[in-house]
Amino acid sequence: MVEVTIHSPAGAERGAITASNDHALRAVPIGADEHALHLLVEGVHCANCIGRIERTLAARDDIVEARVNFSTRRLFVRWRGGADAAREIVDTVEGLGYGAIPFDPEILVSQGSEESKALLRAMGVAGFAAANVMLLSISVWAGLWSDMDATTRDFLHWLSALIALPAIAYSGRPFFRSALAALRGGRTNMDVPISLAVILAAIVSLVETIGGGVHAYFDASITLLFFLLVGRYLDLRARAEARRSAERLLLLRATSALVEEDDGSLSYIAVEDLTPGMIVRVAPGERFPVDGEITRGETDIDASLVTGESEPQAGGRGVSVFAGTMNLNAPVAVSVGRTGDDTLLAEIVRLIEDAEQGRARFVRFADRVARWYAPAVHILAVSTFAGWVIFSVAGWQVALLHAVAVLIITCPCALGLAVPVVQVVASGRLLKQGILLRSGDALERLAAIDTIVFDKTGTLTMGRPVLTNRDEIPDAYHGVASDLASASQHPLSRAVRAAFGTGTPPAEAREVPGCGVTAAIDGSTWRLGRRDWCGAADRSAKGRGSELWLSCDGTPVAGFAFDDDVRPDAARTIDTLLVRGFRVELLSGDRREVVDRVGEALGIVERRAGVTPTEKVARLRELEAQGRHVLMVGDGLNDAPALAAAYASMSPASAADVSQIQADLVFQGDQLAPVAVALAVGRHANRLTLQNVALAIVYNAIAVPFAIAGFVTPLVAAVAMSSSSLLVTTNALRLKRAGSGDME
Amino acid sequence: MNILAILIPVALLLGGIGLAAFIWSIRTGQYDDLDGAAQRILIDDEPTDPPLDQ
Repeated sequence: MVEVTIHSPAGAERGAITASNDHALRAVPIGADEHALHLLVEGVHCANCIGRIERTLAARDDIVEARVNFSTRRLFVRWRGGADAAREIVDTVEGLGYGAIPFDPEILVSQGSEESKALLRAMGVAGFAAANVMLLSISVWAGLWSDMDATTRDFLHWLSALIALPAIAYSGRPFFRSALAALRGGRTNMDVPISLAVILAAIVSLVETIGGGVHAYFDASITLLFFLLVGRYLDLRARAEARRSAERLLLLRATSALVEEDDGSLSYIAVEDLTPGMIVRVAPGERFPVDGEITRGETDIDASLVTGESEPQAGGRGVSVFAGTMNLNAPVAVSVGRTGDDTLLAEIVRLIEDAEQGRARFVRFADRVARWYAPAVHILAVSTFAGWVIFSVAGWQVALLHAVAVLIITCPCALGLAVPVVQVVASGRLLKQGILLRSGDALERLAAIDTIVFDKTGTLTMGRPVLTNRDEIPDAYHGVASDLASASQHPLSRAVRAAFGTGTPPAEAREVPGCGVTAAIDGSTWRLGRRDWCGAADRSAKGRGSELWLSCDGTPVAGFAFDDDVRPDAARTIDTLLVRGFRVELLSGDRREVVDRVGEALGIVERRAGVTPTEKVARLRELEAQGRHVLMVGDGLNDAPALAAAYASMSPASAADVSQIQADLVFQGDQLAPVAVALAVGRHANRLTLQNVALAIVYNAIAVPFAIAGFVTPLVAAVAMSSSSLLVTTNALRLKRAGSGDME
Repeated sequence: MNILAILIPVALLLGGIGLAAFIWSIRTGQYDDLDGAAQRILIDDEPTDPPLDQ
């Protein structure tokens, strides 16, 4: 491990401490003189973001490659030179306004991507073989009605065998493996009849071909594989998406901390190696790596990750801090209290994991159907074989041929293909409305929802203060206010900037933790900050939320009022949900009067204030015990356990990372309507899934008797299989065409 | 039927080229970032040399 030691006992100045994470530790050497860094980037939304990051990095001379993966929100950078450049690279990306977290590719490169590549290759091979074998089979079928002689037919059969057999052996492996594993475990799953059908059809066809027979099922066998592989791939992609984002959780924790030794020297130490009692330096803009107590320095702390409160808390000597919360404006020294698994963040992660255990019990509809479908298919095929052997004189080969036909006909294309297609179409439809579907079975769970529980801050409200009395502030002060505000990262300062535009921070600007910003401009001392600090006695600034004052040489000149506004369409959305018959509740960690105000404005009767994360989970359990299926909509880290515990969950895109990871769906923008849209799409998708399964059952009920009776030739099998697959797929695509009319 | 001796190998060859291209595209990571590929066409090219006139 690289250990960087900075010999600067007086390193308390801001500049001396650049980061509490030493990013150079994450750089991976490539070849003799190059290094690479894998980063997770946050806030990448569009082509411009990709372009800005890649171009800015590429402008550096030493960078060989910089590529953003938009799907996974990852950035890969490769450069010539030492590992130390990693720090500058991270700073560069963060300077552009994107969050950047380096990660260790050893841990995070999931096997998921390898698996999906293997499936894609199998799909390609199966598709190639299916197309060519089908071409030959059509010639054979055409020959049935014309003068094709036996030699040509056998030749075409042999050719089909030559293409199909290796392709089946290669492409069928995902199914064969899973079927073998199931059989070894004494179970049966959907892959057992699939594998049986494919393998038996190939063997019987080979036997037929060798004997110069009329019927060969190579085309059915390989086409079946192709369809099923398409379904399997779509399914895998939906699940990989969910897994990928869960990995982000590991990255919220700091990787290393700047430790102050007894002799005053500073060195970076991995967080795992910290022990209670050590003194850790935390720079402004960094997250605290441990739980502990501030021993030196004054600052503001953004604890929204833990409390959900957007208002920063003042932090001075003796104040407790929690891992994961952010130090806002001045360097502080923290005495390490609890580390690693004992921190509050780790505690919340554990709560989440516990809650997820409960959800893991959910069994997808397709899997539930498979439980009785697979044995039924086996029984049918075996009885067909036995029936033909016993009641017919045609011999066991013919009996086997008919049994194989039953297996082919009953092959679960509807479940294997149409369910993933519904999923893909639904998630595409949601994405268009700015809703990201993150969990494969979320749609199915959404369909069962009857109760919706909202968090307040950041969910029903926008989660950020907005200046409410812009008109009352004299124009003359707009410039000064925005200049002063530009010198601070405080959320209220950001709100001032949002209202008046970003100014140029005055050269002498100084931020006084817990009070505000002060600077000398044109010989006068200006202050932007707390009411008493600016000398304003009365509460003349209207507004029910926070306030900020501007003073010149001790005389207050303007008061700024801020409020956290409810989302513009919140009232209408809640109303829609209530009309549709959902039970709506409000659970918030905030104060009673604030919760009541928001609740009354939106017409939510059932509301609880001052609720802790554990109590939120308890309330959800209570609702569950009443037999309700709850959709939890929340954003803070304090909501994360509740999000994981709920039957289904949603988060706004502005939510804390941990919450987004827990949520089944993430919605973007200032609107609340996506909640209603998602519920409607979920119901629609579920209806289509049920229809598809019903279609498949009807199709089987008609076709299976023919197969048992021995009327299913390869031609009939090909037509039946393709038409049923087309039917269910087309049905799934109806979801795409459905207008937004049913959303209202 | 002699035409089959030419047509079938041709069909297989063409299909095989397609398959090889597909496997190559998987290998070179062209399916790793489908959403990104859709976005990238919107990125402006680097400004090239200034116009020659004037």
